[in-house]
Amino acid sequence: MNFDYTEEQTLLENMVTSFVRDDYDWDTRCSIVKTEEGWKEENWKKFAELGLLGVPFKEDHGGLGGEATDIMIVMEQFGKGLVVEPYMPSIILAGGLITNLGSSDQKNLIIPEIISGDRRYVFAYAEPQSRFDLFDVKCSATLDGDNYNINGFKSVVFGAGMATHLIISARTEGDQRSKSGITLFLVDIKSEGITLQNYPTIDEYRASEVIIENLRVSKENILGELGNSYEAIEEQVDLSTIAICSEAVGILQVLKDSTNDYCKNRKQFGQPISANQAIQHRLVDMMIEYEQAKSILYMAITADLSNPDERRKAASAAKARIGKAIKFVGENAIQLHGGMGVVDEYMISHFFKRATMIGILFGNVDFHMKRYIDLTQSNIQSINKDDGINLS
Amino acid sequence: MDTAFSSEDLKFQSDVREFITNNYPKELKESIGAKRKTGKELSRDDLMSWHKILGKHNGWSAPGWPKQYGGAEFSPTQKYIFEQECARAECQYIMPFGVNMVGPVIYTFGNDEQKAKHLPGILSGDVFWCQGYSEPGSGSDLASLKTSAVKEGDHYVVNGQKTWTTLAQHADWIFCLVRTNPNAEKPQQGISFLLIDMKTPGITVRPIKLMDGSHEVNETWFDNVKVPVENLIGQENMGWTYAKFLLAHERSGIAGVARSKKALERIKQIASTEMSYGEPLIQDPAFKSKIANAELELNSLEYTELRTLAKDSAGKGPGPESSLLKIKGTDIQQMVTELAMEAVGYYANPHLGTTLSNEYVGPDYATNLSGSYFNFRKASIYGGSNEIQRNIIAKMVLGL
Repeated sequence: MNFDYTEEQTLLENMVTSFVRDDYDWDTRCSIVKTEEGWKEENWKKFAELGLLGVPFKEDHGGLGGEATDIMIVMEQFGKGLVVEPYMPSIILAGGLITNLGSSDQKNLIIPEIISGDRRYVFAYAEPQSRFDLFDVKCSATLDGDNYNINGFKSVVFGAGMATHLIISARTEGDQRSKSGITLFLVDIKSEGITLQNYPTIDEYRASEVIIENLRVSKENILGELGNSYEAIEEQVDLSTIAICSEAVGILQVLKDSTNDYCKNRKQFGQPISANQAIQHRLVDMMIEYEQAKSILYMAITADLSNPDERRKAASAAKARIGKAIKFVGENAIQLHGGMGVVDEYMISHFFKRATMIGILFGNVDFHMKRYIDLTQSNIQSINKDDGINLS
Repeated sequence: MDTAFSSEDLKFQSDVREFITNNYPKELKESIGAKRKTGKELSRDDLMSWHKILGKHNGWSAPGWPKQYGGAEFSPTQKYIFEQECARAECQYIMPFGVNMVGPVIYTFGNDEQKAKHLPGILSGDVFWCQGYSEPGSGSDLASLKTSAVKEGDHYVVNGQKTWTTLAQHADWIFCLVRTNPNAEKPQQGISFLLIDMKTPGITVRPIKLMDGSHEVNETWFDNVKVPVENLIGQENMGWTYAKFLLAHERSGIAGVARSKKALERIKQIASTEMSYGEPLIQDPAFKSKIANAELELNSLEYTELRTLAKDSAGKGPGPESSLLKIKGTDIQQMVTELAMEAVGYYANPHLGTTLSNEYVGPDYATNLSGSYFNFRKASIYGGSNEIQRNIIAKMVLGL
């Protein structure tokens, strides 16, 4: 049993840490999010140079063959810098789907291009009515000769405005909420039939509504089997959920440490406000929440993620627990910063906003609590009435 | 990062499991079970017989002690596995006063004679220890303690009162913090650590009844009690250092993750037997979500403990992080006892096993669940209240 990083992992952490420190300081980040594009393509090139775009991909496609721990390392450090480039949507989620479902031809063509930074796929799955249910798909794809004709509406697609390609989930058969009949399509974002409405999010990332009207996609551009993609979608979303939990833990560390420093420096009534026990105990509780969040992330990372039920449990346990930590640490960070907490100008509110939006992404606390309960509280054996219980 | 058990760990796990299966006495299980069902208190034999069996097996009664003192010197992973297996089998837990508290103080700060005299009895479970720290006027502010020890020739003469002395009614020995220098500059500087034989004339133990009716703690009075000077641990007036060392050890075992896990499992079983709205209680969304909530806290705490253990094995002893384990561990214990009480509905009411009635009513699993809830309010108060733990973290970890 150990929680140590390997030598390679320590190098990876140092590399991402120095990128955030040297190329992504607070002022730089603020100027990036104010541009029209909302990200900096040069940074993507830098990621490619550093090998970061290849972290989760297998060596035979030119990747680093990284595992959950490696992804955690990258995401945690990106969290500390509030890096807005679409690493999770493109590399972890869309990249994961392609690795999971792609034919060898598709993988040989696409993955090297992703790793080199020339292509960016993002996954368009959510719809206005679907909320967090990945199987709730109205968007339809009907066969018309050798092509599929796709119509539908995808909502809040993160990073679509920065993407070169989309992966679209569409229904090729079944009811709107059926787990079977969902098919994935690989499409060029410039294809006729795709319209993007781009907008900034409250936490200064970028997302788009994707309107799909009579989009024609050839059969060769189906990713995975026809009508049989739900399991892979669920799996990759679970793994991406763990990835954003890692980002959240990085953010929580900043929230907790910055608040600690602020309270030691802010003087009122002739002494630092951290001299008050009411403040001290709040800071301690924030630290405890942070440690508990980090612990459940470690639980998820070290779980047997190749076992579907273990993976589902791990992702939902982590997301639900970390979601609670986000609320507690985030809201208290703002509270203890007083007036400085509520202004746009000071960095703490930006960390709070990003953490809060991560709390919603891929399902909020209630959603994952329910999923966790469904996974853990079925088939419980009842107990004999004359069996004693030992609580001491 | 790897939390999978190695093949040696798995072998160890099956060894522990097999040892428990073959050696945990059926009569003990039955005797303890029968007392639980009827709300009766456990005897000294009930409390110590498993300890005595472990004491004869490679030092397993003292998992954390070094081998040179007769302990098992388990690795952090082995300690974790051992606790898990004991909890899984619902073994009687080992009294902490000897093994986790005074033992490490004796082998760390005691002299060779003290080690030879006391460690074997702690290991074997033949000697029952209790703790003389708190006093009526010294709870969280422990350093203000007043019990005095005045050196007269080859003896200290001890006068004063200790309180909350857990299970002193069974104890052979007590380890005490006493004031040897009332004029020291700081109160912490005048305290010494004494080992006292409970049979010494002048010691009186009076029971304190807790709100669940149990007799768990006592007042212990010292009236001109003569204690040989060779019972002083380390140096005179250095007791506070040893006391703090002991408190950190006490807190590290206090998380009780494995026991809480087992208890939650049982509560789920109870809740699938108890009915609410015409369905098993476990189907009730509000109850379900409380269970899941407790489980997530527990999962997190388990990994916090594992992270701490991993750090300990890198050579650092338990530090102020153990305060975190104490706070969260006791939070969860209280959550669990509350859920258990809640699960049985009306049958939380009967107070069985008192002298007022011989009736035994309700399902056996419901006996004393409300008692446990009331009793466990103690957990966030003892061992340094959870507010004091927060003060410790604020100062030692956050530098406030």
